[in-house]
Amino acid sequence: MSGHVAPKSMYYAVFAALIVGTGLTVAVAFVDLGALNNVLMLGIACTKALLVILFFMHVRWGTRLTWVVVASGFVWLLILFGITMTDYLTRGWVEGTLK
Amino acid sequence: MRSALSEQPHGHTPHHPYLQHHFDSMGQQMEASTLGMWVFLVTEIMFFGGLFMAYLVYRHQSPTGFQEASHHLNIYWGAANTAILIISSLTMAFAVRAAQTSQPRAAQVGWLIATMVLGAAFLGIKAIEYAEKFRDRIVPGPYFQWEGLYPKPAEQFYSLYFAMTGLHALHMIIGIGIMTVITIMAWKKQFDGDYYTPVEVAGLYWHFVDIVWIFLFPLLYLIGRHYHAG
Repeated sequence: MSGHVAPKSMYYAVFAALIVGTGLTVAVAFVDLGALNNVLMLGIACTKALLVILFFMHVRWGTRLTWVVVASGFVWLLILFGITMTDYLTRGWVEGTLK
Repeated sequence: MRSALSEQPHGHTPHHPYLQHHFDSMGQQMEASTLGMWVFLVTEIMFFGGLFMAYLVYRHQSPTGFQEASHHLNIYWGAANTAILIISSLTMAFAVRAAQTSQPRAAQVGWLIATMVLGAAFLGIKAIEYAEKFRDRIVPGPYFQWEGLYPKPAEQFYSLYFAMTGLHALHMIIGIGIMTVITIMAWKKQFDGDYYTPVEVAGLYWHFVDIVWIFLFPLLYLIGRHYHAG
């Protein structure tokens, strides 16, 4: 048994994309774009993470079950962030509640 | 699966020496291992996730203070370490590929050692950065000193900085330990195209630690680049 063997060129391509992403995120950080800075920064980081997960970690060729397990990790992370921030972001909306 | 078992009763048909008796095939065995590793990595996502959650809450409460604090981190060390970890992920991927394609042990061991050397370089740079923080007294605690406008958020930022990068560095140290074991196994010629699960699973761990840094770098080093006091 041996899993999917990806060509070396694919690994170099993913590597190049990761390095370009790093350069881009540093360059963008020096420009003041207001809230857009955070969006771009996290967008690039998520893209880089996705590339690593799909190609370096072979999830691209993984079973459906692997896909579900990997996705569940990030879904629960979003639940953690989402529900916690609904508290912190809405404090003080109603008069008399703690800011 | 049943039929495969009945066709190959245990102990009668030759099978791979590394096939455990409770698995039907090497493929099934590897799937079980990688799935198990992913379940562990999901718990790791939640482990680091708690710290990212704390970062989000405190940064939300004092965004400008966090920008000022982040400005003090050296972006060049951070960027260099990001590049080093990405290169180490590439060498790790090639180590897995070398085992997967039954390449000689020199190739497998070579890629693994390259990965460990890069991991050590990352930790070396981290040590230089930590030393600078201790020298400048921006380590949270009774001796914390901050020259800026927001000392309290700065102390919160550096508490998170040391907790997050410290936990990440601990994972790197453990990773180098795991790679040492894998390298010894590769040296003993245990891996080929039929059996390379340990390299694959160790690789999953290594790439995961890389992903954590992919998020730590912008969130800690890059948020204060265009901050101007006042």
